[in-house]
Amino acid sequence: MAGPSFIRAGYVPLLDSAVLIVAAAKGFAEERGIILSLQRETSWATVRDRIGVGQFDCAHMLAPMPIAANLGLGPLPVPMLAPMVLALGGNGVTVSNAVAEAMDRLGPAGYDASPATAGAALAAVVRRRGEAGEAPLRLAVVHPHSSHNYDLRYWLAACGIAPEKDVEITVVPPPLMPDALAGGGIDGFCAGEPWGTIAVQRGAGRIVTSRAEIWRRGPEKVLGVRKAFAEENPETLANLVLALGDAAAWCADPDSFPELARLLAGPERLDVAEAALLPGLAGRLETAPGRNRAIADFMVFAGSGANRPDPGHGRWLYRQMARWGDAPFSDDGLKIAGETFSPQHFEAAIGTVGDPAAAAAAVTGDAGDRPAGLFDAEG
Amino acid sequence: MAQPLNILLVDDNGLRASIIEEGLREAGYGNVSVVTNVAGLVKRIEMLEPDVIVVDLENPNRDQLEHFFQVSRAVKRPMAMFVDRSDTAEIEAAIEAGVSAYVVDGLKKERIKPILEMAISRFNAVSRLTRELAEAKSELAERKTIDRAKGILMKVKKLDEAAAYKLLRRTAMNENRRIGEVAASLVSAYTLLGDD
Repeated sequence: MAGPSFIRAGYVPLLDSAVLIVAAAKGFAEERGIILSLQRETSWATVRDRIGVGQFDCAHMLAPMPIAANLGLGPLPVPMLAPMVLALGGNGVTVSNAVAEAMDRLGPAGYDASPATAGAALAAVVRRRGEAGEAPLRLAVVHPHSSHNYDLRYWLAACGIAPEKDVEITVVPPPLMPDALAGGGIDGFCAGEPWGTIAVQRGAGRIVTSRAEIWRRGPEKVLGVRKAFAEENPETLANLVLALGDAAAWCADPDSFPELARLLAGPERLDVAEAALLPGLAGRLETAPGRNRAIADFMVFAGSGANRPDPGHGRWLYRQMARWGDAPFSDDGLKIAGETFSPQHFEAAIGTVGDPAAAAAAVTGDAGDRPAGLFDAEG
Repeated sequence: MAQPLNILLVDDNGLRASIIEEGLREAGYGNVSVVTNVAGLVKRIEMLEPDVIVVDLENPNRDQLEHFFQVSRAVKRPMAMFVDRSDTAEIEAAIEAGVSAYVVDGLKKERIKPILEMAISRFNAVSRLTRELAEAKSELAERKTIDRAKGILMKVKKLDEAAAYKLLRRTAMNENRRIGEVAASLVSAYTLLGDD
């Protein structure tokens, strides 16, 4: 047998980078003959650039990023694949205390029970501000090509708020979100854990809804792989997928949560308190000081096919990119997005081969691609 | 004669920024501004209307900056460096050095190249300096550890200083380790035994 394969991977320190970190730190990669060298980055732009010039073979990526690369958007686009999903959910919408209090006053009682009622409460606040001639709410996401951006917009639009007109959407790095919220620079944000929890724990705001409720089990982070790397090293990629699958199963086990929180909290990784990570892992969020809410499938690392990429999800993300003007819409674009999320490498690694006809149909797509688990303001 | 280029450096490492600024000024670029604190950065950019923006790659605000460039209604809209990928080696060198650059659309590549090259070489020089400084620090720390280990041997084994050092050196050679490593294990073992 050949010696171990060396893989360079980048990640951004967030709760959902857990699978990569655990694969490297707990020996899951080594067991599969892989030396996984991880490098922490502070921005998605730098992850993209290092992938672009080949300094990384693969990376923890926002689900729409490989699609954007394949569409030739942004600098240094290289052909990419998303052969594995690393995390579902894991994000929340956090608003400032002032906005939360206005939502309490103007919205339906217990509005945080569903995204529809939380959205209705926020819409009431937006309307009231408009009538009073106040500046539109400023909401931050982490990157334009992110599920945070697209889910936030989907939710706002479904609740009668026009994202381009009624609010201002800006970009802020996740670790700066709590301070920006406390300082009044933004009125709310949609970001991955632990930053919503940290904002609440610092008394800067409240979590009013979550990704898991807007699109239950929607893909959040994927393993982004350079297509050239995948084609030249199919066996290494298969072993990496298996190793990450082992790591994901470990991360998903509640018995692992304390150790996982300790592992991720270290200064060379997320550099936050363990207590800030546990609510997200357990899916029981502290939405306001002293108030906890259990959210089903809040943060999913593995189980029920969570790690298998779904071409329909790729196409849905592309439709959102086109809907909000980040990409022109075309049938070619749809095809590219579906192929980016092809389960081919995942299935080759795991050894399950689905029905080929169904797989072909899934890659070519159907009208709308509306995924299961997406909330509907009417229903 | 073309208009002099307006250059903005964004780097929270103020020392590095001033080293690059100095280099650019020496090379004849008069309009160089430096921002080390990102607060109010967007306003500064709107005001300065730079032709070239150099940002350190580790800057957490890159996503925010790129978003701003994209939605900016300013006439001079900066784009990521060499989007046409015509100079892959240069881009790789920049990323290797930790430099990213944004350039207003339509600016000729030949005009940007010397600026980028200057930034790359100065970034590399600063990393080299930082590395050397860290090495010097660890060398100093190692010498201190060796001194402590010698002291321990002198006390416990009743040796003179030269004999203590010789013992350390012989052990290091026998075990194929560096003398600093042997000294460090001795010191930590001694400390563990609580006799210090």
